[in-house]
Amino acid sequence: MSTTETTASGVGPVEGAPVYTVDNPAPLIEAPRKRTKKSPKSTRGNFELAAWLFMRLSGIVLVILVIGHLLIQLVLDGGVSKIGFAFVAGRWASPWWQVWDLLMLWLAMLHGANGLRTVINDYAERASSRMWLKALLYTATVWTILLGTLVIFTFDPNIR
Amino acid sequence: MATPVLDKEEAAGKPEPGFADSPYITVTFRVRRFNPEVSAEATWEDFQLELDPKERVLDGLHKIKWDLDGSLTFRRSCAHGICGSDAMRINGKNRLACKTLIKDINPEKPITVEPIKGLTVLKDLVVDMEPFFQAYRDVMPFLITKDTNEPTRERLQSAEDRERFDDTTKCILCAACTSSCPVFWNDGQYFGPAAIVNAHRFIFDSRDEAGEQRLEILNDRDGVWRCRTTFNCTDACPRGIEVTKAIQEVKRALITRRY
Ligand code: HEM
Ligand code: SF4
Ligand code: FES
Repeated sequence: MSTTETTASGVGPVEGAPVYTVDNPAPLIEAPRKRTKKSPKSTRGNFELAAWLFMRLSGIVLVILVIGHLLIQLVLDGGVSKIGFAFVAGRWASPWWQVWDLLMLWLAMLHGANGLRTVINDYAERASSRMWLKALLYTATVWTILLGTLVIFTFDPNIR
Repeated sequence: MATPVLDKEEAAGKPEPGFADSPYITVTFRVRRFNPEVSAEATWEDFQLELDPKERVLDGLHKIKWDLDGSLTFRRSCAHGICGSDAMRINGKNRLACKTLIKDINPEKPITVEPIKGLTVLKDLVVDMEPFFQAYRDVMPFLITKDTNEPTRERLQSAEDRERFDDTTKCILCAACTSSCPVFWNDGQYFGPAAIVNAHRFIFDSRDEAGEQRLEILNDRDGVWRCRTTFNCTDACPRGIEVTKAIQEVKRALITRRY
């Protein structure tokens, strides 16, 4: 059959030869990351369970830590205007506030990083983009936690 | 001769009080069309239909297929909300076409009808359900007992024990829930609500003895922990199953290992 004739696809000679026909169909509209027979890759262990619980538990602790932090830093006793080198140095002289800030740093970073891990898992389609985004996330997280911890413990009030 | 039959026919011809002479209104159906044998693009196509608002979206689709365009392709079998074959996205929400009345979805505006999301579109409103059923098979949706012998008597169960999983027995595997889940849209590796609902049906069945195994399967990276409690599934379920609650109960059982 000549390609200029009207075919079963209904595309007439005016439009030229039909690109897609019964024998040459267009690609289907595929869903990203389809499930197949091989899909359950049997990921043993309770990591996802632990991560899920951690988000809830760290969230509860963060409510107290963050609200306390915001009150002290931004609301009580003159608000932001009081914050300066002396104010920070004064607070970190006490182990109580050191531990408070350390806990807040670690929990917020791990909580935020795990939350972003979820977001990447939910949105990134290609295996390579998933890998790179997570590599970037984990690097930034480890770096920030280490730097922050270092500063809290090695802070020198006589630096000036 | 005035027979009772004639009287009846006469009465049937009269409009009911409170209704205009004809109940029919003009409705626009805006249908998502895709035919890989013609084009790689999916497009919207409008159809004008005369419908009684008390008819269903499925009746509208039938009118299109039978009277206007026989090439329109969709699945339906029972037409009465039992077989689960005609889940589709109607006005942006997953519903069964056979259970959705025209009057309930604002016929003033065009009614959009699309295939359910997250599954490969084969033609028009027909999607490839295989990944959906693969996830269903993966949770082993059948009774498993440790006793390999043929049972010699009925497996008895108290009314309370039966009540425990009553809600999840109602599933008709229409995929409205799974294909309404934003996690599933992007990542079909997730088991999806329907598979978890059907695992729940056996995990909480006192006669079944493979609950532990099914929990372990759903403890997978793509198992229940991917649920983000969006509640789209509960809203979508045409059987009124509390889908998100069932998923939450499986999560709790995994944490406490009590079921
Ligand atoms: C103040 C108290 C907080 C509570 C109670 C809380 C609670 C939660 C919970 C329960 C989730 C899991 C949601 C889900 O699984 O769908 C979550 C997710 C998340 N959290 Fe927090 N969180 C808090 C603070 C923070 C902080 C300080 C950060 C940033 C460092 C953060 C960043 C995130 C991110 C990025 C996600 C993932 C986003 C998402 O799941 O949509 N959260 N949070
Ligand atoms: S749980 Fe409801 S929406 Fe999901 S497949 Fe079963 S019947 Fe359909
Ligand atoms: S056609 Fe069977 S559920 Fe709608």
